[in-house]
Amino acid sequence: MDTIVSVKPLLAVMTALAGSILVMMSGRKPNIRESWSFIAAVTMFSIIASMIPTILSGKTLVYQLFKILPGLTVTFRVDAFSMIFAVVASFLWILAVFYSAGYMRGLHEHAQTRFNTCFALSLFGAIGVAFSDNLFTMYLFYEIVSVCTYPLVAHHQDEEGYQGAKKYIVYLTTTAKGMLLPAMILIYVLTGTLDFANNINTGIFTQATVDANSILVPVLYVFCIFGFAKNGIMPFHNWLPGAMVAPTPVSALLHAVAVVKVGVFCTTRVMLYVFGVDLMSALNLGVPTAYFVSFTILMASVIALSKDNLKARLAYSTISQLSYIILGVALLTPSGIEGGLVHIANHAFSKITLFFCAGAIYVASHKKTISEMSGLGRTMPFTFAAFGIASLSMIGAPPVAGFVTKWKLLVGAMEMPSHSIGILLVLLASTLLNVGYFAPITFKAFFGKRPAGEAYAGIKEAPLTMVVPIMIAALISVIIGIYPDFMMNFVKAVTG
Amino acid sequence: MDFLIMNSMDFSILSTVMFLPLAGALVLLFIPGDTAAKNWALLVTIVTALVSLPLYWNFDITTAQFQFGEHISWIPSLNINYTLGIDGITLLLILMTTLLMPLCVLGSWRYIEKRVREFMICLLIMETSMLGVFMALDFVLFYILWEAMLIPMYLLIGVWGGPRKIYASIKFFLYTLAGSVMLLVAIIALYLKTGSFSIPAMMGQEYSSNFQIWVFLAFFLAFAIKVPMFPFHTWLPAAHVEAPTAGSVILASVLLKMGTYGFLRFCLPITPEATLTFVPYILWLSVAGILYGGFTALAQQDMKKLIAYSSVGHMGFVTLGIFVLNTQGVEGAILQMINHGVTTGALFLCVGMIYERTHSRELSKAAGLGTYMPIYVTFLAFFSLSSLAFPGTNSFVGEFLILAGGFADYKVIAACAIPGAILAAAYMFRMLQRMVWGGTQNPDQSKMVDLNMREIVILAPLLFFVFWIGLSPAPFMDVMHASVSHLLSQVGVVSGDGLSVAQLMIP
Repeated sequence: MDTIVSVKPLLAVMTALAGSILVMMSGRKPNIRESWSFIAAVTMFSIIASMIPTILSGKTLVYQLFKILPGLTVTFRVDAFSMIFAVVASFLWILAVFYSAGYMRGLHEHAQTRFNTCFALSLFGAIGVAFSDNLFTMYLFYEIVSVCTYPLVAHHQDEEGYQGAKKYIVYLTTTAKGMLLPAMILIYVLTGTLDFANNINTGIFTQATVDANSILVPVLYVFCIFGFAKNGIMPFHNWLPGAMVAPTPVSALLHAVAVVKVGVFCTTRVMLYVFGVDLMSALNLGVPTAYFVSFTILMASVIALSKDNLKARLAYSTISQLSYIILGVALLTPSGIEGGLVHIANHAFSKITLFFCAGAIYVASHKKTISEMSGLGRTMPFTFAAFGIASLSMIGAPPVAGFVTKWKLLVGAMEMPSHSIGILLVLLASTLLNVGYFAPITFKAFFGKRPAGEAYAGIKEAPLTMVVPIMIAALISVIIGIYPDFMMNFVKAVTG
Repeated sequence: MDFLIMNSMDFSILSTVMFLPLAGALVLLFIPGDTAAKNWALLVTIVTALVSLPLYWNFDITTAQFQFGEHISWIPSLNINYTLGIDGITLLLILMTTLLMPLCVLGSWRYIEKRVREFMICLLIMETSMLGVFMALDFVLFYILWEAMLIPMYLLIGVWGGPRKIYASIKFFLYTLAGSVMLLVAIIALYLKTGSFSIPAMMGQEYSSNFQIWVFLAFFLAFAIKVPMFPFHTWLPAAHVEAPTAGSVILASVLLKMGTYGFLRFCLPITPEATLTFVPYILWLSVAGILYGGFTALAQQDMKKLIAYSSVGHMGFVTLGIFVLNTQGVEGAILQMINHGVTTGALFLCVGMIYERTHSRELSKAAGLGTYMPIYVTFLAFFSLSSLAFPGTNSFVGEFLILAGGFADYKVIAACAIPGAILAAAYMFRMLQRMVWGGTQNPDQSKMVDLNMREIVILAPLLFFVFWIGLSPAPFMDVMHASVSHLLSQVGVVSGDGLSVAQLMIP
């Protein structure tokens, strides 16, 4: 594998940090402040986009920033795997900048400078995670994301906001400190390094280490899976519904894309590049993981059915969909891994659309619950049309992005030597559940009766700064459903 | 004198560094006026810091011998000498002390309003005795300086302290004195065996097991009180709460390190066999301290108490690292001693800055400062993150090394310390959340003014070290390698990947 030393990964990460500082310093002039966010987002995306050809030609970019101890460094690496996440997150940041300007100004929210600063800092953490070359760098940026998103969750500074934010930080730091930290130290003690392997098969453990620690290594695996609690696997998922008290742009970009994807990205990165497919097969870790996350997929869907608050329903849908990604990788078959990884992108575009819609509905009508939205689609057609498209993607219907995932996952399940039927049943059941909790929303919005005494007078479509990003995100969900190759190229490069 | 590399610089650098503050204190007697006293003390501490810097540049990292040695016969009839020298263990501690002292003076600038000159004299005498403790290689010299530290510290708490200052200062004095008496007994016992007060000469002798155990216990009591290890910690919160800011900083950053330094310098090399015998007990005591300190800190309403109990937890990590007796653990422990000095010192300075403004240490009264003191909370946030061992900060490196050393040989004990790391995050985030955000009903903070230039100058260097050690600790680690591997060979443990104590001791 070719590695090139390049400063580009560092530049991409630092763009967000610099952006956050500039945003903080221009707090008194909102237009200039938002321009800094926009410039940072576009610059970051351009830098990342400029690396695409190099990565697709099979090369890897690395840059070592600090050496702390032997085998413990702050090093950036860009490979196909990191690109899947980085391209999506940096692109959606651009949309989110516009959207959140519209949302925050539309609602006359307070402390917008703090909000925008922390938003940029969260992206700094997220891209740092995407570009980390070893477990320590990943842990560093993972924790940066945790800390920098706290002010966003607590944004409203009311009782509910503080409660949600407290739950958020308690869940995330306890799991990170309690499981990830010891796992990381033990991996360092056992192997002498925390660097990721260069392919998804070998992992970093030698056969002798595994033989000598036949119990410890699976325990470390479990710690890593649960330690990254941002991945939303039950029973450590409860922070996510709690975090929904945040303003909707936060829920959209962070709790549908950046933060939760950081969780699954870390989980899958560790599964494939620390433990590796070979070791996971040898220790028979794949199938139990698949069944375990299947429980989350189904259970979260069932809970989503019971939620009337739109954002809460979307939150549980997110928990369910995140586990698809881990399920796919845990199948340990090429198609399964591809299906899981491509879902990082597919889910991102579709779920951000859904959250953007929820926010637009709130700004336009101040409605939060699904039962109040009956007939609202006729007043806000663009928003609900986008919502409908994105729901189709969540369900996995062609031609929207989610279909590609489902297809790959089904193929992956069938490639398994055993347990195919079980996984297929899970996928089938969850698809039906997805229909169950998504289809009625769009249907009622367009065809439902307006509630008695509700004329929707004065409610019209949300401002353009919100509707345009919604339409773009929805459109991309369709495009990567019809032309999946753009994302699949990265995914295929990962599985080789 | 084969253990000592004599000083080859143009002047006796160790004596100069050590006695500069004392000389400054004597001159201060004749300087009238509060402002002049403050300026003079600041000047003296800065000059001391600058003079101490060449120690780092001229330090030979390849040898474990004591360097910059000075040796003068003092009381020949009893074979007592004035011997000074430093090695990789003490170099960083000395530099930390000299660099912290100007910040302590600056931190007392407005805090101390009465008897300013006397306060500065106490600080300067304190500095001389602390530096001397780290440099002394003769046991009598060491003991004199060790005891000499008590008096200025007693005065700092007892004269310039808070409402319960007399209680706190007497408690501090009695506890430490009780430990010192045992130390004196041990010193005399060793003298009777070896006929010398030279500390290096006492190392590597073939003492009987029984003798070692008694000497070890005497040492242990003295140092465990000083650290303080659970359950000898009860003097610490009282002393911290009542002490003025500079007193708390000196207490936390330097005085607590005397205990762990004692373990490294005396317990391990002089009584290695006894050390090995007691390792499991001390490790479990360390874990108890980590957990106890964490839980108690979580319950505090008083900011100074919170940080004081967090010190109990952090020092638990240090003793854990020392007594796992492998390279990573001991190096991590030494680094963590420095880290704790930087971070906890900074936190006490931060609390002092609030106290200067509100005259309260109550967490609830400091709630919701974020909007009005943005610079202050930024500093506070970074120091809190450092205290909870956030990756990229200094404490993370130390804690990582200590836990790596722990997991290498004592998996169960290290695993039991992990909840301590979670608790550190819990109490620090709790404090930070309260101070920056508060709740929905915060006291009115709109009268609070943000940090002035003097206060920024105090905190900025500490923040610099937080990130320097956190991201690139090699300059700090390199100086200790030789001394640590020599120390471990003295204990009879092959350093690195050889046979470890754990394999000998615990099935």
